[in-house]
Amino acid sequence: MNKTETNSNNKVPSSIAQVGISMKYTLLEYVRSRRFLIMLIITLLIAALLTIIVAWRRPEGFLVSNLGFYSSWWGLSVTFVIILSGIFFGGDAISGEFQNRTGYFGIPNPIRRSSIYVGKWISAFLAATSIFLLYAVITIANGIYYFGSSGLPYQFGYSLLFAWFYLAAVMGVAFFFSSLFKNSTYSILVTVILLLFGFNLISTLFSDLVGIEPWFVLTYGAGIIGNILNSPYPLPKTVTITPIGHNRTFTSTVFAASIPEGLAIIGIYFIVTTILGLLVFERKEFT
Amino acid sequence: MPFSDVPTIEAVKLTKQYGSFVAVSGLNLKIEGAKCVGFLGPNGAGKTTTLKMFTDLIRPSSGDALINGINVHTNKKAALASVAAIIETPEIYPSLTPREGLSMIAEIRGVPATEIKKRIEEAVEEVHMSEWLDKRVGRFSKGMKQRINIASTLLSSPSILLLDEPTTGLDPRGMSEVREIVKSLKGKKRLIFMSSHLLSEVSEICDEVAMIDHGKLLVYDTISNVTSKFSGGANLVEVELQHPIDPQLVTQRIAKLSNVNSAEQTNDTNLRIRFSGGLDTQERLLSDLVKMNIGVISYRPASSELEGVYLNLIKETV
Repeated sequence: MNKTETNSNNKVPSSIAQVGISMKYTLLEYVRSRRFLIMLIITLLIAALLTIIVAWRRPEGFLVSNLGFYSSWWGLSVTFVIILSGIFFGGDAISGEFQNRTGYFGIPNPIRRSSIYVGKWISAFLAATSIFLLYAVITIANGIYYFGSSGLPYQFGYSLLFAWFYLAAVMGVAFFFSSLFKNSTYSILVTVILLLFGFNLISTLFSDLVGIEPWFVLTYGAGIIGNILNSPYPLPKTVTITPIGHNRTFTSTVFAASIPEGLAIIGIYFIVTTILGLLVFERKEFT
Repeated sequence: MPFSDVPTIEAVKLTKQYGSFVAVSGLNLKIEGAKCVGFLGPNGAGKTTTLKMFTDLIRPSSGDALINGINVHTNKKAALASVAAIIETPEIYPSLTPREGLSMIAEIRGVPATEIKKRIEEAVEEVHMSEWLDKRVGRFSKGMKQRINIASTLLSSPSILLLDEPTTGLDPRGMSEVREIVKSLKGKKRLIFMSSHLLSEVSEICDEVAMIDHGKLLVYDTISNVTSKFSGGANLVEVELQHPIDPQLVTQRIAKLSNVNSAEQTNDTNLRIRFSGGLDTQERLLSDLVKMNIGVISYRPASSELEGVYLNLIKETV
C-alpha cells in the first residue's frame, strides 16, 4: 500500500529556513485571498477619488507647489491606507489560526511557533507593502503629471521611508491584538477601534485639552510622515488661544514630533508589540 | 533514552488543569514499539487534551509528554520530528490547493525537495483525492479535508502517528479506507496512538487499548488481556458457519474444547464461544474448529466484549 514509504531520514530545516517556508505559503494565501482584492480595490478607489478631485477642482493646497502637492495628497491619505492594510492583513493573522483551525494543521509539526509567527508577520508585511507601494506609485504618477519628474521632492523619499516604518509598527500592533484573541472578529474590532479612532482620541485629549505631549501614542509619532513634507518643519509646540466671550478663552496645544522622536515612537511600538504578540502566541493554547 | 530505534511515547505524571477542573490527572502511560493503541474514553475524559499535550497545542500544567524520550515542550522540533498527527479536524489555508498545503508540511518536515512532488502525489492517491490535488481547499467538504489531513501524515514516513478520531467526518467508504491505511501502517514499524469513540474500530485496528476517564488512566493492556481481565475472565468470539450445525456437536464437543467456558448457538449457523486466555488460545480455538470440519466461514472477536469492558470500567468511575 503505502508507496510514500521511504527509508530516508528527513532532516528538519533550521528555524530560519522554516520562517521562509511559513512566509511563502501564507503570502500565497494572502495574495489569493478575497481580502487582498478588496484592499486593492479600496486603495485604487482612494487614489481614483483624489485623482478626480484634484483634476476637476484643482484645489490650491495641492497645486501651489510640488511639496504642497505631496504634503496634501500623501500626507493626508497614506496613513489611512497603512492602517487599513494593517487591519486587513494583520487583524486576524493569529486569531484566525485558532478560529479557522488552520493552527491545527501547522502547529503539530516540528516547527517552533515563533517560526510560524515571524513567517506570517513577514508575509502580511509584504502583502501590505505591495499595496503601499501601489499607492506610492499612483501618488508619484500624479505628482509627475502636475510638476514633472524634477518636481519630486527629496522629502518625499524620507516620507515614503517613514511611512514604511509606520506600516511595520501598525502590523506589530495588529499582530499583538490578533494574538490576544481566539476570535477574529474581536481582534479585528479592537485593532480598528484603536488604530482608526482610539489613538487619535487619546492624542487629541492629551495635547489639545491638557497640553501634554502624547509621545506615547503611535499615530502621534507617525505625524512625521506628513510633517517632513512641510517647509519649514512644524514647530514642536503651537499654542492657540481663542477668545470665546465674557473674558474667557479656549487654549489648544498642537504638538509635532521631531523626526528622531517620531522614529523612536514608531520603532518602540514595532519592537514591543511584535515581541509581545510573539510571547502571547507562544503561550496561547488550542483548547 | 532519546533517539531510540523503538518508537516510544510516554506521559509522566501528565496533568492539565483549567482552574478547578482537572482535564488530565497525573497520567502515567508508556507505549513503545510498532503497534496500534486505541485510546478510549467518554466525551470529556481527557483523550484529546492528552494528544494535544503531545503535539504542542496545549501545555501541561505539570508532568511531561515525552516522544522517543524527548520532552515535547522543551524540545519540540526534535520531539515532533518523528511524529505526524491529526488532532481534531485541521484546516488548510482555504486559498491553497492540497498540493500547496502538503508541500508546506513536507518542506517543514524536511522532505527532500526532489521527492516532494512524488510523495504528495502518492499520498493523495492513497486517500483517493488525486483529481482534487490542484483545486482550492476552501471548496472541500469536511470529509475531503480530512482525507488531505490523512495524506499529510504519510508524507514524511514518521515512526509515530497520533490520531484523534481520524475517521470523524468521513463517509462509510472513507472510514473504511482510513482504517485500511492505519492497518497497513502498523506493519511498517509505526507506533499508532489513536483516540476513537468507535469501539468496533479500535477492536478492528488496534492491538492494545488504553482507557481513560475523568483524566485518569483506567487500564492499558492488549485488547485480549483487557477483555479477559475485566469481563469475568472470558473472551468472546463469534463464529459463522456455512451449514447448520448439529446442536449436540456444540454442547458435547465444542463446549468441551480446551479453555472454552461455554458455547451457544445463536441460530442454525452462528455460534458464540466464551473462552479463557489470550491470542494464543484464540488462535488454537480457531484451529480446533477448522479441524472439526464444521464449515467455519467467519471467526472474529466480538466487539461487544470490549464494549462491555468499556462500559463497566467507565461506570465504576462515575
